[in-house]
Amino acid sequence: MSPVGALMRRELRSYFVTPVAYVFLVMFLVLAGILTFYGGDFYERGQADLQPFFAMHAWLYLILVPSVSMRMWAEESKGGTLELLLTLPLSLTQAMLGKFFAAWLFIGLALLLTFPIWITVNYLGAPDNGVILAGYLGSWLMAGAFLAIGACLSALTRSQVVAFILTVVVCFLLILLGQPQVLDFLQGVMPRRLINGVAHLSMLRHFEAIARGVLDVRDLLYFLLSITAWLAAGVLVLDLKRTP
Amino acid sequence: MIETHQLTRRYGALTAVDALNIRAEPGQVLGLLGPNGAGKSTVMRMIAGFLVPSSGTAQVCGHDVSKEPVKAKRALGYLPEGAPSYGEMTVREFLIFVLRIRGLSADVGYRRFDEVVSQLQLESVLEQCIDTLSKGLRRRVGLAQAILHDPPVLMLDEPTDGLDPNQKHAVRQLIDAMARERTILISTHLLEEVHALCNRVVIIANGKLLADATPAELEERSRYHGAVSFSAPGSGVSQEMLGRLPQVAAIEVDPLDGRITVFPKVGQRILEPVETLLRQQGLEVSEIQLERGRLDEVFRQITTGSTPASVGVTEGKG
Repeated sequence: MSPVGALMRRELRSYFVTPVAYVFLVMFLVLAGILTFYGGDFYERGQADLQPFFAMHAWLYLILVPSVSMRMWAEESKGGTLELLLTLPLSLTQAMLGKFFAAWLFIGLALLLTFPIWITVNYLGAPDNGVILAGYLGSWLMAGAFLAIGACLSALTRSQVVAFILTVVVCFLLILLGQPQVLDFLQGVMPRRLINGVAHLSMLRHFEAIARGVLDVRDLLYFLLSITAWLAAGVLVLDLKRTP
Repeated sequence: MIETHQLTRRYGALTAVDALNIRAEPGQVLGLLGPNGAGKSTVMRMIAGFLVPSSGTAQVCGHDVSKEPVKAKRALGYLPEGAPSYGEMTVREFLIFVLRIRGLSADVGYRRFDEVVSQLQLESVLEQCIDTLSKGLRRRVGLAQAILHDPPVLMLDEPTDGLDPNQKHAVRQLIDAMARERTILISTHLLEEVHALCNRVVIIANGKLLADATPAELEERSRYHGAVSFSAPGSGVSQEMLGRLPQVAAIEVDPLDGRITVFPKVGQRILEPVETLLRQQGLEVSEIQLERGRLDEVFRQITTGSTPASVGVTEGKG
């Protein structure tokens, strides 16, 4: 087995030996339900689709993803196991990937467990299941981007609380960037071209594009590049911590 | 083989390890000795590839740790200070995780797993969470992890720390048995361990190499080397006589048990003349011993830079 696979298995297991995983899954499912039905007017819209469900995911992830990612490296630094892990024959990149994929799969599992809502809309009407699938894909990619941010920031510190807060702040900023209010505010201080650039950095904008069922390569690339860049930054952070 | 060349690590203004050259070869158990904070762990962390040196290089089996980290790590079994491991895993899960990360094939891996588990007597705790184990058991799990892939080079940071005497003995036997064709570097501040295990010793303090010698060579540096000590009730009479022997430099009497230690002049052997004298005096000596030298004294002398206490006839000192 490759070192990445071995580490991934270990990490995944470690989620489930503590109650944290189950608490997370329950919280995720309950909140996803509440936000969809109460916040998103699921019934009142009278449409058989999952737009209101996906619309809330960015906000859901804002709190829940950092709570998964915070322990990724901070716990290892604090417990001294970082020394053990990094003296095993695997590269920093492999270590980062193993941990990241484990967390990403875990969130994927949480996402899969929301399937009753998919059954519900199919029971109530005839939704475009292709769009729903795209929505799930987009949501999972967005979760990946949040996780990658969390992985990088967790490498910065020994404290899980600090990692959590830093990740929430950065993710919050990335969600906000695309909001009209923010762009309006920036209009006064930035040239138009730059504002366009800022708007394109927004998580929400790319996610909404995918969730509408429009699979644009640029949106997919945005998330894959975000994940790659943040993970690379995380590897750099780990490397810098070992270097004098 | 482990080799470091001008290995240096600085933390800001502090130089934790200063241009260290050490070399350990197959068949050798090299003891890395030093007071707490001397830089022992930092040296090991650099050799293990956990810390990057400020300058200089470290090699494991000819692989430069900075240039070929994965190859170097493959050749190395390493027990970090405090034997960290994942507390929420059971012993079995943890060891299997290490097997997988090390990429051992199933048949070799499980054979080694069984061997190591029985070598370290972990059978009874295989299904227990590491968190629930005693300090000694956790140390043994750490050791198991380090030797699982049967590495040619073994590096153990304070391997017997926190073990009871029986466990210490078992671990030492294990290290002894593994030493034949392997290179082993252990750090310790227990001097008994040096006697029990090492065939060479490197002493460092403040990150600098202060001595590189065999335990016997170090003992020769002790002022006790070649001294003769004995217990003899009512020995007050003989002291003067002993002092008159031409080979004797000094005499000390232990204030607690009255044991007399006779120090030789440089290069002189005094066991025979002392014995002869005692016999002539008709003194009853319960037991007489030729001292090899005391490592703790040499250690103190080397690491604190102090010269040995002045040699002279001192009575009732302390």
